[in-house]
Amino acid sequence: MVKVVSGAGIWLAILLLAVIAIAGAQDSGFAIHMTIVAIAALIGLVVSVNKADYAAIAKGILRTPDETKYDDDPIRWGVIATVFWGMAGFLAGLFIALQLAYPLLNLEPFFNFGRLRPLHTSAVIFAFGGNALIATSFYVVQRTCRARLAFPQLARFVFWGYQLFIVLAATGYLLGISQSKEYAEPEWYVDWWLTIVWVAYLVVFVGTILKRKEPHIYVANWFYLSFIITVAMLHLVNNVDIPVSFLGSKSYPFFGGVQGALVQWWYGHNAVGFFLTAGFLAMMYYFVPKQAERPIYSYRLSIIHFWALIFLYIWAGPHHLHYTALPDWAQTLGMVFSIMLWMPSWGGMINGLMTLNGAWDKVRTDPIIRMMVMSVAFYGMSTFEGPMMSIKSVNSLSHYTDWTIGHVHSGALGWNGMITFSAIYFLVPRLWKRERLYSIRMVNWHFWLATLGIVFYAASMWVAGVTQGLMWREYGADGYLVNSFADTVAALHWEYVARAFGGALYLAGAVLLVINVWRTILGHLRQEAPMHNATYDEAADRPAAPVPAE
Amino acid sequence: MTDIKHDGPRIDEATGVETVGHEWDGIEELNNPLPRWWILSFYACILWAIAYCIAYPAWPMISSATQGVLGWTSRGELAKEMQAQEKERAANVAALADMPIEQLPGNPALMRAAVAGGRAAFKVNCVQCHGSGAAGSKGYPNLNDDDWLWGGDLKAIETTLIHGIRQPGDDQTRFSQMPSFGRDGILTPAQVSAVTNHVLSLSSKAKDSPAGAQLFAENCAVCHGPAGKGMREFGAPNLTDAIWLYGGSRQDVIASVTNAHAGVMPAWGNRLDPVTVKMLAAYVHSLGGGEDFTEQAAPAAPATPAEQTNEQP
Repeated sequence: MVKVVSGAGIWLAILLLAVIAIAGAQDSGFAIHMTIVAIAALIGLVVSVNKADYAAIAKGILRTPDETKYDDDPIRWGVIATVFWGMAGFLAGLFIALQLAYPLLNLEPFFNFGRLRPLHTSAVIFAFGGNALIATSFYVVQRTCRARLAFPQLARFVFWGYQLFIVLAATGYLLGISQSKEYAEPEWYVDWWLTIVWVAYLVVFVGTILKRKEPHIYVANWFYLSFIITVAMLHLVNNVDIPVSFLGSKSYPFFGGVQGALVQWWYGHNAVGFFLTAGFLAMMYYFVPKQAERPIYSYRLSIIHFWALIFLYIWAGPHHLHYTALPDWAQTLGMVFSIMLWMPSWGGMINGLMTLNGAWDKVRTDPIIRMMVMSVAFYGMSTFEGPMMSIKSVNSLSHYTDWTIGHVHSGALGWNGMITFSAIYFLVPRLWKRERLYSIRMVNWHFWLATLGIVFYAASMWVAGVTQGLMWREYGADGYLVNSFADTVAALHWEYVARAFGGALYLAGAVLLVINVWRTILGHLRQEAPMHNATYDEAADRPAAPVPAE
Repeated sequence: MTDIKHDGPRIDEATGVETVGHEWDGIEELNNPLPRWWILSFYACILWAIAYCIAYPAWPMISSATQGVLGWTSRGELAKEMQAQEKERAANVAALADMPIEQLPGNPALMRAAVAGGRAAFKVNCVQCHGSGAAGSKGYPNLNDDDWLWGGDLKAIETTLIHGIRQPGDDQTRFSQMPSFGRDGILTPAQVSAVTNHVLSLSSKAKDSPAGAQLFAENCAVCHGPAGKGMREFGAPNLTDAIWLYGGSRQDVIASVTNAHAGVMPAWGNRLDPVTVKMLAAYVHSLGGGEDFTEQAAPAAPATPAEQTNEQP
């Protein structure tokens, strides 16, 4: 009873604070955001009051969860959220790609490129990628520790709190609320909320590791933990700012000028390094050996490349500020650390690909494995391209051009997207206790649509980037620059159309994912010629030392 | 429990490699060594990084950073590149600095260089309003046609560029002020409508009326001329040529008569060096509507003093 009352009390307090904030709001955006918070608190209040089993409480019975099973509810929600936000993010991406090709599509003011672009990046990185990371980390840490999640209520708070963060961030962008820092656009109060959620996430994850029944911590958990801790640090340092009013949405950053730029790109680059690389390597380290049913290629390589990766990555950020006001020495260090990062990055690729030793035939027979292999191949390609682009002479051509956009998308669509899709395909039948996916052949279709989409995307952006870079620096025979900026934009029209086409293919593949996940959850099975699939032993998928049956 | 717990290392059948002996949820790890090419490449990258740090500015010290044995700086490199470009242009820039713009048509080689330089400067400074093709838009004149508010010979264009349009504090700035006939109550709405008909009739876009013609003669002809051909000394546009700065629909013209427009252009003489302004004048003149001098250019003026470098590419 005490628990119910205190839970409801917290929600009530948040609700009251939000109502006060609405009343005193300095700007309409803040008032809208506090309304969203109030609605969220109201839902929390209603749920915590309704869910309480008063009869059981009255009898003094503590309903304990089923200790013989893993705590999979937040993971099921997370998989659905991943698919949902993924679709939102891909759709926003396709729309802004079309805006660049056809500027008429800029619908002022809420749906112009400036507001939709952060919506796209945040939706795919933080909503799609973030939910995938939280869900898979909760899945993997339980299985590889043979322990149920520590603090199950907190785990549920992490899931719902993270969704509230996403909704506040996304609506804020459309309303024009932004601190104008790339990949860190949400304003101060959303940052504070994310901090609370993230600390809760860390507590659940570390708590589960601490109660593990395995003597050693599996490599995937090293990567998840480094991702959680480093993202917390990056988020805190890059969002040190001073709100203009505690009842308004605007704030000013603490670091200014070139220091602000350096902090921002230290954050931005390591968001790629620890969110999109370390976190997703953790996914790879669990799902690839599970689906391939093969041991990890090299334990020693996993240790060396893990420590080398996390030590070197954190210094590479200044390569985003080549040829700027940043002192030369810092630019040099950003570049050489990026070069040294090449092999540690590839260590993950080697361990992922070589895990298929003894099972290479499955690339032919198992479309999920095929997707994983393509994902790791794109990981290898973009972690080679990245160090190359950090070399100053290459960067002087590539920087500020669409080459960068092509580079991040071969990483994001190829590596992050494909490994997430394959993890979802692995998880859904297991989480909903289905015999297999609705259709394994549709996975194959998804694979080809996505691959072809990435090829269109990356190839058109390489051409666009090099064209742009060369046009910007083109001098005529008389010693004067030849092109105006608008000329270089006009020159890229067909590349932009080709890029949007690639994005449409990728989105079409994701539609197949939605259908497949949906129908698998419903329990449908498509009649089709069988393809290879990894075996699943439900009896073994349990925490260690379950309470013996009476 | 159906899973097999391995108590120690075993040999993996498919590869013949020993496992480490741990197992998590069925996942084992092989005890393969680090691939040789991988570790050698890693070392090579580290050695390269060390060498690069010796050669280039790298390590922060207390008050500055190590300079690198090559003595390279990014500012130094930029200065070198800019100097090389400047050197290439130096002869033309010097010649242009010494030459009054009236004499430019007599020197085709220099004219060509000036147009090239002007095209580049235009792309940096002018396209924002006049468009990358200099075709202008509503409120921003098209520079490709032969309709000039303030004169279209080289000297007139240069003067417009140097002093700008309606720039306070510049006593040579191009300045004109049309009254806001409707807003200030000089004409009633009916009169505005009538005079609009007359204005549109000048380019055969509406039917004229005696009242409209009368109003035009009383209120407008003093600047726009009795036939509406405009007068450059007042910057009054020609109303007969069907070229409209603020739109030629009936509504647009009524709006212009009711609330007069007063567009502005910066005085580029304060922002760009004289040679760049000259180049811009030559470029704008070359776009198609440039006019010849009506009277012979004045004798060569004394050379302007030493030129500062051309900052605009």
